[in-house]
Amino acid sequence: MRQTCLDMVYELAKRDERIFFIGSDLGIGTLKQFQAEMPDRFFMEGVSEANIIGMATGLALEGKIIYVNTIAVFITRRCFEQIAVDLCLHNVNVRLIGNGGGLVYAPLGPTHEAIEDIAIFRALPRMTVLAPADALEMRRLMPTTVDHRGPIYVRLGKGGEPVVTDDRVPFEIGMAFPMRVGRDALIVTTGVMLKTALDAAALLAEKDIQVAVLHMPTIKPLDTDAILEYAGCVTAILTLEEHSVIGGLGSAVAEVIAEANFSVPKRFKRMGIPDCFPDQYGSQASLMARYGLTAKAVELTVEQLLSVPQSSVV
Amino acid sequence: MSDSLPASPTLLDRRSRGLRRQIVRMLHAAGRGHVGSAFSVMEILRVLYDDVLRYNPQDPRWPQRDRCILSKGHGCLALYVLLADKGFFPDDELWKFCKSDGILGGHPEYGRVPGVEASTGSLGHGLSIGIGFALNARYEGAEYRTFVVVSDGESNEGSLWEAALCASKHKLSSLTVLVDYNKQQSYGTTCEVLDLEPFEDKWRAFGFATEEVDGHDLKQLHVALARTPFHPDKPSAIICHTVKGKGVTFVERNLHWHHKNNPTDEEIRAMLAELEVT
Repeated sequence: MRQTCLDMVYELAKRDERIFFIGSDLGIGTLKQFQAEMPDRFFMEGVSEANIIGMATGLALEGKIIYVNTIAVFITRRCFEQIAVDLCLHNVNVRLIGNGGGLVYAPLGPTHEAIEDIAIFRALPRMTVLAPADALEMRRLMPTTVDHRGPIYVRLGKGGEPVVTDDRVPFEIGMAFPMRVGRDALIVTTGVMLKTALDAAALLAEKDIQVAVLHMPTIKPLDTDAILEYAGCVTAILTLEEHSVIGGLGSAVAEVIAEANFSVPKRFKRMGIPDCFPDQYGSQASLMARYGLTAKAVELTVEQLLSVPQSSVV
Repeated sequence: MSDSLPASPTLLDRRSRGLRRQIVRMLHAAGRGHVGSAFSVMEILRVLYDDVLRYNPQDPRWPQRDRCILSKGHGCLALYVLLADKGFFPDDELWKFCKSDGILGGHPEYGRVPGVEASTGSLGHGLSIGIGFALNARYEGAEYRTFVVVSDGESNEGSLWEAALCASKHKLSSLTVLVDYNKQQSYGTTCEVLDLEPFEDKWRAFGFATEEVDGHDLKQLHVALARTPFHPDKPSAIICHTVKGKGVTFVERNLHWHHKNNPTDEEIRAMLAELEVT
């Protein structure tokens, strides 16, 4: 997914002279071809995220489209105020590409784990937040970022994720994608957790529990119509994300469900990273397992949610 | 008043006093404003807008215009009176400063105020945005220049120095920084709060070609600006020695006037009297 994203930046820039790239201090050889072929639109500006955001803003105010890339925590936490004031207040066409959303950098510890990036960006007016599930979706998503008005954050996974999306479906920013139908429960998910959601739904299907899966690669603006449509058909709704349970997709969906005031109450559960800094190293997969972000844990949670007596729901 | 700082010997001419009188009237209308900061930066902006910048008030987005960012956005009273004076918007707007039906807020906003190139107010943003403007000029082969006015207090911000490194790395000779160095920030003197000295040396060490001027002396400002770029491969920095509150004795170097709320009618009268245009 990560390589596809950068490959797409190169391809898009070849076709569109408005496109510039700014990196911080990325790995040697990153976008080498871009630098060789379009050196006047390629910048590597060092570990200075605040300046990079302002510089991108100045270029964007002059009509350019800027793709900025660095590690997700540094492009979100470090320069948050520049993002709010420079990018969002000026509503400029800058695209932030954050490497390692979620627990990707598990071995490097909590300084490198972007566990609240969606929450803080979701609160920013004019910001668009995207979290694709795999490389195929990234390939469909990137062309839509070129002419979109205003700033965009693209959350990258680790790379090499299994492909689970369908390239016959055109990608549109702001649109949710139903990936599986089911009458008993609904899993709403985003990013690389789509695979886990689909695996859990398959496990549940073996037990004759039919679970719908709604994939939301755009977390902001949120496709509330799709959430209401799919949530309206089931009694239990579960959200699944590689992100803090505070403020991310789960919170966004909860807000929609709460304000929908369904005549029949819904059972609802957020699955994500609890309100903590991860306390182990290991791998993305081992931390996912620690926080119950596995198909098996989702399967169990759906079953528990469906078995909650109606009285305790009301 | 801080007695440790020297007063500026420069006498203000009729236009400088007239512009300050407009600021006082805005202060009176709104009941608030960063008056000390505006008086400090008045001549820097005046020389830029009167004699240096190319612009067209009838077409504020004219592509060939020079770009000027007031990165110390709180000094906006000085900018607003000049923009009105040049015809970017009617004088009526001045009297609606900070009012719900006005376009002029306590910090300048891009897209709302004609002639404002970037929303500032949060310090340490303007130079980076100016770098983007200057890089665009180079890419497009455009001849416009970029001027960024920063404050000394603003120079506490790390982002300013990130930007300074970047500007010199790219040899942005079309970029000029003017530092309003009045040696006072909100809480006290810059030397007490967070010492910047040796200030000019710092700019030079960060790759700028520098000059120092009396920031209220029109001739010195003219001469320095006319000489920019000071070096063909470096951005320029003009350290402008100024006096916070310059022009009114009881406001000068008096931190109670850095930002003033609810000035009395008597204070307003006294300010106008001292700035009498004869």
